[in-house]
Amino acid sequence: MKKGYFGDFGGQFIPELLMPPLLELEQAMQAILPSEAFQSRFTAMLKENVGRPSAITHCPNLSRDLGLDLWLKREDLNHSGAHKINNTLGQGLLAKMMGKTTLLAETGAGMHGVATAVAAAMLDMKCLVYMGATDVVRQAPNVNRMRLMGAEVVAVESGTKTLKDAINEALRRWLSDQETTHYCFGTAAGPHPFPTLVREFQQVISREARQQFLERNNNRLPDVVVACVGGGSNAIGMFHHFVPDPSVSIVGVEAAGTGEPGCDNSAPLNLGTDGILHGMKTKLLQSPQGQILPSHSIAPGLDYPGVGPEHAHLHATGRATYVTINDAQAINAFMTLSRREGIIPALESSHAVAYAIEHCAQLKGKSVLVCLSGRGDKDMAIVDSIL
Amino acid sequence: MNPMQSKIEAAMAKGKVALIPFLPAGFPSRDQFWKELEQLDAAGAAVIEIGMPFSDPVADGPVVEKASLKCLEDGIDLAWIFEGLKARKGSFNAALLLMGYLNPVYQYGLDAFGADCAAAGVSGLIIADLPHEESGFVKQAMAPHNVALVPLIGLNTSLDRMRLYAEDAQGFCYFVSVLGTTGQRESLPERIREKLAEARSIFTIPIALGFGIKHPDQLASFAGLMDAAVFGSALITHIATGHTSTQFMEPWQ
Repeated sequence: MKKGYFGDFGGQFIPELLMPPLLELEQAMQAILPSEAFQSRFTAMLKENVGRPSAITHCPNLSRDLGLDLWLKREDLNHSGAHKINNTLGQGLLAKMMGKTTLLAETGAGMHGVATAVAAAMLDMKCLVYMGATDVVRQAPNVNRMRLMGAEVVAVESGTKTLKDAINEALRRWLSDQETTHYCFGTAAGPHPFPTLVREFQQVISREARQQFLERNNNRLPDVVVACVGGGSNAIGMFHHFVPDPSVSIVGVEAAGTGEPGCDNSAPLNLGTDGILHGMKTKLLQSPQGQILPSHSIAPGLDYPGVGPEHAHLHATGRATYVTINDAQAINAFMTLSRREGIIPALESSHAVAYAIEHCAQLKGKSVLVCLSGRGDKDMAIVDSIL
Repeated sequence: MNPMQSKIEAAMAKGKVALIPFLPAGFPSRDQFWKELEQLDAAGAAVIEIGMPFSDPVADGPVVEKASLKCLEDGIDLAWIFEGLKARKGSFNAALLLMGYLNPVYQYGLDAFGADCAAAGVSGLIIADLPHEESGFVKQAMAPHNVALVPLIGLNTSLDRMRLYAEDAQGFCYFVSVLGTTGQRESLPERIREKLAEARSIFTIPIALGFGIKHPDQLASFAGLMDAAVFGSALITHIATGHTSTQFMEPWQ
């Protein structure tokens, strides 16, 4: 397989001026990541700072309601409230050991921005976060958290003012500041080596979850593993150690937006076509002329017109199934999990929970392990404005 | 020899720096665009770069991005560009080059794109998000239509990477003067001279300096190290403020 590709997807479709830092990063991955110095420090950070291993939680009430056996992998219990911290501490430590002094990030829901700000503060580095102006407004609590931890947050006014445009601006910034700055890419997407690097740091989710599920279920694997998919970092982390298990159905949940025909959505695997954006060949929401279409989800973290290339590959090969959940179904799941189990999920994660709710008839009697990628405190204002 | 190279060398033979203006297709309006091209051609452009508007132009600064997004709002697409160029084929003295991002070209279909370039008199292509590692399939598709993929290199391009690009480069080498996006700058980095000299030792085709160029005075210190100058943002700003391409080109004569 060609370097940096997952089947037909992936690559390095990026301006030549960004190739030297990408090559530098690739070399650092090979030299630093396997080292004892990196691994021992990273493992300690995951344990002492993130709080790993995160729990898996059985949901007795919802299991009874739905007629299935529902389990959650609790990435919401991580320090800073989402899976994003696994990746930012990994990339931050790598960047520090590469001699970089600044972490640059883009963020949609703000969770990656917060997690990058945490990593930068812990590692005594500067932090610069690009965020779409629309997201700055709808995720104000996270903006405040980033600033409190010393990050500079730049509101991006161009384009659709969401994650896609934040990535564009962050890439532009990296063009000019590449000697001192590491671009701490937030999801398992973008040019090689980011999809592989981010998966490397997120696969801890499925490594733990698989072991924990076996221990709690008499050495049986779950029947179904579910995660929401925007760029796809929590999902690729949740899927990775289950991919070799043929008995486990793997389900990714994309955001259908309002769910109305023709609406903006964030479901490139279900509704997109092959194309090239942000350094990768993948599935994209685009016009027949190749212009990138606006995306929409009530969950800012899913609001992206592309998807990581490994998901495009898992989709193309049929190893994983990708379905859609709309805004209303996600809100229902947000409310339902809160009321029935006392767990407030992020709106992103609510899409994954909604899959179990909406498809409970076909899942009857099965064990379903859902990645709860983040907590929902940040989304209270969005939900309040709707209800 | 590719027409872009022969036009640049014709200017060099007269002791001049070859001029390569860049204008997004459809800017400032659908009709006026073609008049601007005529003016740039009449004013002695060696190569004219026509921008293919894209929704997410990560290598472009705010001036080019804004102009390109306006063109998209006006409905400009590759079909419109090719239709206009085919109708005017043979009427330009300058060589023609299309510059943009890979996705619109990919969706158009590479073979159809190459064939339409040939039919429209386009001899060159710059794809901003296509480094050497990914460029093979595009070069292969363009070759039968004699459309050259112009290499972009810059201040952080190593000698080894320059050699990769130089292996089969045609037309000219586009040297990006800054680590950053397109756009006018008051001053250019000192390191340009050193890196241009390196490029000069590797490439046998002409070298064009671009990004940040707004006035011919900026080029004096690079005499002998480059053969052509590319300017886009300064030209777009000039036109957007009600001036003509002819006026813009005057100081460069």
